[in-house]
Amino acid sequence: MIKFQNITKIYKSNINPIIALKGVSFLVNPGEFVSIVGRSGAGKTTLFKLLLAEEKPTSGIILVDEENVHKIRPSLLPYYRRKIGVVFQDYKLLPSKTVFENIAYVLEVMGVLQKDIQKDVPKVLDLTGLTDRADNFPEELSGGEKQRAAIARALIHRPEIILADEPTGNLDPFHTKEIIRLLAKINENGTTVLLATHNQEVINALERRVVTLEQGEIIRDEQRGRFAL
Amino acid sequence: MSKEAGLLYNYMFLISLKRAITSGWKSFKRQGGLSFATIFILTLALFLGTSLFFFQKTSEFLIESLKEKVDMYVYFQEELAGDRIIESRDELSKMPEVKEIVYISREEALERFTERHQADQALIESLDELGRNPLLASLNIKAWEATQYAAISSFLTNASFKDLIVKVDYQQKKSAIDKIFSITDSISTAGLVSSIAFALVAVLVAFNTVRLAIYNRKEEIETMRLVGASNWFIRAPFLVQGAISGLLAALITLLICGTGLYFLSPYLEFLIPGYNIFNYFLNNLWLVFSLQLIVGAGLGMLSSWIAVRKYLKA
Repeated sequence: MIKFQNITKIYKSNINPIIALKGVSFLVNPGEFVSIVGRSGAGKTTLFKLLLAEEKPTSGIILVDEENVHKIRPSLLPYYRRKIGVVFQDYKLLPSKTVFENIAYVLEVMGVLQKDIQKDVPKVLDLTGLTDRADNFPEELSGGEKQRAAIARALIHRPEIILADEPTGNLDPFHTKEIIRLLAKINENGTTVLLATHNQEVINALERRVVTLEQGEIIRDEQRGRFAL
Repeated sequence: MSKEAGLLYNYMFLISLKRAITSGWKSFKRQGGLSFATIFILTLALFLGTSLFFFQKTSEFLIESLKEKVDMYVYFQEELAGDRIIESRDELSKMPEVKEIVYISREEALERFTERHQADQALIESLDELGRNPLLASLNIKAWEATQYAAISSFLTNASFKDLIVKVDYQQKKSAIDKIFSITDSISTAGLVSSIAFALVAVLVAFNTVRLAIYNRKEEIETMRLVGASNWFIRAPFLVQGAISGLLAALITLLICGTGLYFLSPYLEFLIPGYNIFNYFLNNLWLVFSLQLIVGAGLGMLSSWIAVRKYLKA
């Protein structure tokens, strides 16, 4: 269970401080599929950064499985982060590693045996249609391929939670459908999925819970939401 | 920790170590240009350090051999019996400053003289013409240190046998000896200071090269943290990469030094007889290489550690 309790995040700036999130509270049950919608700058990415303990909230707390995310000791933070698979908006693939190595890295971090890595990674590559790109470096990939590689990395270790920040932003309609179907399937197997997007068709096709953010505040939270801004 | 948990922990450690080495080696290969630059700079630093080492050894040997050459002759009256001189010798040898003292009789002195001047026919002939041995018996004294000759000299002027002494051959050489010592001293000080300065600069440049290489990868380090890598898991491949650069730099330096000393050795032996720097290098090959290895790999790893630390803190 993920609990956002009265989260406010203000970015200090010399001119005028930017309020990214303002008193945001909501709850995500285990196994839920929640879409977070909003214009650019509405606070979607900030929300994910806070959940990943990449940044600290100005006020408020985030609980994951009853544990305050920002009170986790630095030495234990890597273990917390391994519970979460993230598709970053800017992919964040490791440029010095091949696609295969990028995906395998998460498993290596967790100490998974080499023979299991050799078995699991090709499956995910196949699932995301990247088998032919296994030995390419990120800079050799198209935008859509990078995005799929980022998705493959987020899935590989079967995390409890998946955060997907605009995972279809660079994909054509065919691949968009594929990826959303994939996320939905993973969700059916019990993984909590948080999807940030402003793709109307995706939201409408999913027919799942939609939380709408505007200027850092929740303006709508519907169980079977539709895209409306 | 239970036995099973301990075993598992060790096993995990081994897996991570293997992964760090593999990953470090891959990064090293893939960043060809940067790796080359790092090795080059590390080699420069090691080379300067090694040169310093051999420079020190050479100047030590030079000073030693000069000190060996410094001695003092005390000449005794012509008609004096050998026993009296030997008595004086025994008295002198009680002085703590005296390292070695040798009695040279008049006959021995003549023998040495003729031997040394064999080629000089005119000199030998005039000596024959003289019909007697004109040379004096003497004591050849060696002190432990050059500065001690003054003390021995003043002892001689007050000694019980001072009236038997004809002349002391020290004052004549004194100024030349002092000059040689002051020159070697300043050469070795200047060499030491400039080598240390150069080596220090090289170390700083090496450190900065590694730091820049890692600066290029700071976003990568940030991503590694976000996907759940522990600090050690992130750091270790960088350390491996630094160690590989250091290792190769040490090998290259050893090769350069070996070749350089091989060709330099005959010239140095000509300048300082009895000093074969290449043999010295071969005899100390393992010591030199271990030092280079430790310093090279250490420098590479330390630079990596400090550079990565900055991005692991945030």
